[in-house]
Amino acid sequence: MDFNFSEDQTMLRDSVARYLQDRYDFDTRRKVTQSESGWRPEVWKAFAEELGILGAPFSEAQGGFGGGPIENMIVMEEIGKALVVEPYLSTVVIGGGFLKHSGYAGAGELIGSIIGGEAVIAFAYAEPQGRYNLADLKTTAKKDGAEYTLSGQKAVVWGAPWASHLIVTARTGGGQRDLGGVGVFLVESGAQGITRRDYPTVDGSRASEVYFETTPAILIADDAYPLVEQVVDEAIAALCAEAVGVQRKLHEGTLDYTRQRKQFGVPIASFQVLQHRMVDMFMNLEQSVSMTYMATLKLGESAEERGKAVSSAKVHIGRANKFIGQNAIQLHGGMGMTDELAIGHYFKRATMIEGLYGSVDHHLKRYEDLSFGKAA
Amino acid sequence: MNLDFAPEDVAFREEVRTFIAENYPPELRGKQEEGEELSKADFLAWHKILAKKGWVAPSWPQQWGGTGWTPTQKYIWSEEQARADTIPVLPFGISMVSPVIYTFGTEAQKEKFLKPTYNGEIWWCQGYSEPGAGSDLAGLSTRAERITGDDGKAYYLVNGQKTWTTLAQYADWGFFLVRTDPAAKKQEGISFLLIDMKTPGITVRPLITIDGGHEVNEVFLENVKVPVENRIFEENKGWTAAKFLLAHERSGIAGVARSKRGIERLRGIAAGQPGDDGAPLLSDPMFKRKIAELEIDLTALEYTELRTLAGEAQGKGPGVESSLLKIKGTEIGQRLTDLVLEAAGHYGAPYFRGFPTEGGNALPIGPEFAARAPTTYFNMRKTSIFGGSNEIQRNIIAKMVLGL
Repeated sequence: MDFNFSEDQTMLRDSVARYLQDRYDFDTRRKVTQSESGWRPEVWKAFAEELGILGAPFSEAQGGFGGGPIENMIVMEEIGKALVVEPYLSTVVIGGGFLKHSGYAGAGELIGSIIGGEAVIAFAYAEPQGRYNLADLKTTAKKDGAEYTLSGQKAVVWGAPWASHLIVTARTGGGQRDLGGVGVFLVESGAQGITRRDYPTVDGSRASEVYFETTPAILIADDAYPLVEQVVDEAIAALCAEAVGVQRKLHEGTLDYTRQRKQFGVPIASFQVLQHRMVDMFMNLEQSVSMTYMATLKLGESAEERGKAVSSAKVHIGRANKFIGQNAIQLHGGMGMTDELAIGHYFKRATMIEGLYGSVDHHLKRYEDLSFGKAA
Repeated sequence: MNLDFAPEDVAFREEVRTFIAENYPPELRGKQEEGEELSKADFLAWHKILAKKGWVAPSWPQQWGGTGWTPTQKYIWSEEQARADTIPVLPFGISMVSPVIYTFGTEAQKEKFLKPTYNGEIWWCQGYSEPGAGSDLAGLSTRAERITGDDGKAYYLVNGQKTWTTLAQYADWGFFLVRTDPAAKKQEGISFLLIDMKTPGITVRPLITIDGGHEVNEVFLENVKVPVENRIFEENKGWTAAKFLLAHERSGIAGVARSKRGIERLRGIAAGQPGDDGAPLLSDPMFKRKIAELEIDLTALEYTELRTLAGEAQGKGPGVESSLLKIKGTEIGQRLTDLVLEAAGHYGAPYFRGFPTEGGNALPIGPEFAARAPTTYFNMRKTSIFGGSNEIQRNIIAKMVLGL
């Protein structure tokens, strides 16, 4: 039993933290998120070249650090602290995850491009009708000789405007919600037959509705629902780590503010009702850390154990995000409502993370199905 | 980072698990979990077996009978006892007063008290709380004045009242906080006395709690003569010893293994009870959800405790995380009893304590588990109040961790 980071892992954390502290301050971020492109390709380049973190979870044979989920966790927590919009999650964790696990022949080359910062990946899985059901797919894949073409609509594809490639789930067979017949495809962003409607997200990122019309695609895994679940579980664990970073800032920011803000002639932090609220925020945060470690360290277990671990972490973190976020705003009083302060932006990210890859209710249900057996 | 126990810890777990399986008295099995009222003999039976084995006080210094176990081994030991649902070794002697005695006591005090306490020959009770001093313990007013006895020796004359004194009805000795300097600031005029409960002037009166049980008592002290050599540490420095005691021995405070067992039991109960549609209560979506939420919250607590333990194994003190573990652990324990009572449905109402258990009125009425479901629920409300209420624990975190 060991919850310490190795020396390399500590170095990784420190170097990411230092870089973001120097180059990713809140005002710069605000300008960038309001700019036309919405991100900074030079930051991505620095991730690849200066920091080398885009190779963090890949093996040395693949050109990476030789790390895995723990390295993703470390990077993602720092990403949460700085509200980084650049798409590490969809490119490295999710794109990298599919490429590592799928056995796709071109994986090595594309992983190389991810590590080098050339390839940016967005994950197009959700559909307007499907809510959080990963198997609810109307997008169809048609086989045309050795090639496939995709047709359908994907909803709120985070980071799609920046992506060089999309990883797309589509039906190769079966009915709309069947677990069989789920294919995973690789599509170039500029491929023929793709239309995108790009838009900002409420937390300062970018996303797109993506429409495919007989768009050429490469099948990287068929009958791949278990693979999709696995990679999404890895993504959720990483997202939990991001949430921990966000929660830390929400909590620290609230402690600082209530120590400075005076009412009735004293700092409002001296009021017991606010102290106890901040203690409850703290306990939520500490348990979020525990759940993130637990889920991350259990990613390699059986699908059932992994699923229970990840869903229970997401349930706790979804609730903790809401509790810590809402109370951070409440304890900041009117100041919490202003766009000027960073605190509201952390709250918005926390709120988005609650819904990403499944709400609290979705994961409670999934946990129940795994823990009690599907309802008879 | 990894979640695996070291091979030597796995082997240790095997060893203690086997020991418990082979040595725990069969007639005591289930008593703890079912919430049965335990007799003095029940409490002492396992204590004495462990004393013989040399495992009754793992945390003590080895010269006095400690095992020298690592924090991880102590954790495993407490988890395995909980897993086997053993009747816990009472904390008052083993993990409360003895560490004070071996840390602050004189050689004569150590000689007199440690071994008999270890062997279960002295039953201790804790004289801390008073009617006017609960969370604000340092506000206590039981008074101890120096006198010279008829025998020419120095005594304290103690007058006052203690309350919530757990299992004082069985106690041979008590450790008491008393005020020796009423002029000093609150914490500074307190001394720590060991008092023989047979001393004239002591009256122990039962306090019956809302579950109908008799665990706690009021203790009245009226001109009780206590030899000065029964004071631990310096006069007026008792608060130092008391604080030390409060920070000591937090292993297993979260009660994770007991709650895990409790959830298993709850699942079994809910599988055997009908829901409104005739299907088992366990498949009722609302009830099932509450169990799932309890399990998830318990997982969050478990891994928080393991993080604390890993820190301790590296020499960081258990520290204030124990407040978090206490708050969350007691909340979960209480929710469990809440759900068991809920599962009992109509049969949560019958009350059997003191009823004839023979003849026409013999147990059981309704399912067996239901008989103690309400009393256990009511009894468990104490856990968020005692040992520093959960609100006091929040004050501690606010002050010590958040620096507020």
